[in-house]
Amino acid sequence: MKVSSTNSGRRLVIGVPFLWLTLFFLLPFIIVVKISLSMAAVAIPPYTEVFSYANEQLQILFNLSNYLFLAEDELYLAAYLGSLKIALISTLLCLLIGYPMAYAIARARKDLQTVLLLLIMMPTWTAILIRVYAWMGILGNNGILNNILLGIGLIDTPLQILNTDTAVYIGVVYSYLPFMVLPLYANLVKHDPSLLEAAADLGAHGLTSFWKVTVPLSKNGIVAGCMLVFIPVVGEFVIPELLGGPETLMIGKVMWQEFFSNRDWPVASALAVVMLALLIVPIILFNRNQAKALEGKL
Amino acid sequence: MKRFGFSNLMLVLGLLFIYLPMVILVIYSFNASQLVTVWGGWSLRWYGGLADNTQLMSAVLRSLQVAFFTALAAVMLGTLAAFVLTRIPRFRGRTLFGGLVTAPLVMPEVITGLSLLLLFVAMGQLLGWPAERGLTTIWIAHTTFCSAYVAVVVSARLRELDLSIEEAAMDLGARPWKVFFLITVPMIAPSLVAGAMMSFALSLDDLVLASFVSGPGATTLPMEIFSAVRLGVKPEINAVASLILLAVSLATFIAWYIARRTERSRRLALQEAGANEVPER
Repeated sequence: MKVSSTNSGRRLVIGVPFLWLTLFFLLPFIIVVKISLSMAAVAIPPYTEVFSYANEQLQILFNLSNYLFLAEDELYLAAYLGSLKIALISTLLCLLIGYPMAYAIARARKDLQTVLLLLIMMPTWTAILIRVYAWMGILGNNGILNNILLGIGLIDTPLQILNTDTAVYIGVVYSYLPFMVLPLYANLVKHDPSLLEAAADLGAHGLTSFWKVTVPLSKNGIVAGCMLVFIPVVGEFVIPELLGGPETLMIGKVMWQEFFSNRDWPVASALAVVMLALLIVPIILFNRNQAKALEGKL
Repeated sequence: MKRFGFSNLMLVLGLLFIYLPMVILVIYSFNASQLVTVWGGWSLRWYGGLADNTQLMSAVLRSLQVAFFTALAAVMLGTLAAFVLTRIPRFRGRTLFGGLVTAPLVMPEVITGLSLLLLFVAMGQLLGWPAERGLTTIWIAHTTFCSAYVAVVVSARLRELDLSIEEAAMDLGARPWKVFFLITVPMIAPSLVAGAMMSFALSLDDLVLASFVSGPGATTLPMEIFSAVRLGVKPEINAVASLILLAVSLATFIAWYIARRTERSRRLALQEAGANEVPER
């Protein structure tokens, strides 16, 4: 369809969302990079200016000390590695749990499919904070899970689950599982059953045709699901803060502390820039995949 | 046939895993005991106290206000973005535009939150606006983030539409904006409702973005809950949390129901109109 019968109308339609996203999504990143090159100062706002103009001279002071600071302090390296590890393992867990679920939904009766899909989708819209909070009551030392286990005599002393990495894994898989199932379902439901019949005619049954036909065909769904889980989990703050313990090092939590407790905006910005640098490849991968999906090429 | 059994079992277990914690939370919100993990019989005492908690109630009002305006703006912005992506095949900066629309879906919230805050601070210094951060800045942050979700939902619908209807209207001399509002919008209405509901829920739930870009006196409900929850599980919070779960599930269900019913009646109408001419799929 041609929208361009009036050129100014077309420009307006493209321009409004483009301008908004550039101003409130793209431009802020450039400012983060700028602030990460400034110095912390006791001032409002609490950093020094990178550009200054005095005596007809434009002074640009790049201060790399924030990045050097990050490289020297082992805490930050450990936090990045911790985030990547937790994100990687939970993505795998989500895939292992989510794939069979998506598969079962895609194979269900048509009217059952919409209900199951709603059941999966509802939590993605509902209060992550509250659902994580629900786990605090379950996993605590005198929580519901420990009470049950003690009650049936399986354990003698309460298990320490809350405030450990285990609780973080439970919380992350729990919160992000729907984000894995939805793209996988969207992909699996489009598969042509005649392909599996053809594979069966050629002698491939059960697991063989599943591995050789279904899994390769669902590659785009797997990529989309994994990216939807992995990327946000790397920067996750709420789950490690509420369910994790002192030994849970995740970069989102460290950045939050740098910003809100230490009020060191430049170091927090440098942390964000490095996090973004780590995530840029997965984000581009996701965007390509998503752009194709948006245009209906997948 | 073993594989079918396995995947169905996983589906049941997965759904239990997703819903059991919420059910437990709601049950324990009716616990009479002051001790959150000891069952002391059924009671409504924690719900009764909520209405008197003025701090909490004003946070609820603020959150509802932001969520309402976010839903409104995100639907407009997201629909425009979806329209551009599905109907305008070529323009300068299209790849960048596509990236800007989808990136907020996965961008860690701490990064988006910090970067938006720094933008608002820089704008405040340079332009004098926003002089103070508060509900408006939270609204801008939420709108940006939610419009990405709307764009995904709406563009899926726009892609399915039969272009010939829009083209026919255009051929008959209707101006593009008229075609859009009289033909396209009614056909994508269910996905607009779904997008609005989604944005409303996402905005109501957001803690991280709001914490960064909020200002004095603009504490939203999640911020209020978070500061209470940090210190541990509390019976009052169980009650608030259950009410939020109820409200959002209800909104989601209504959105889904509306979308489904419209879809069904549209199919029926098509079948009746086309009888034999319209193929079933």
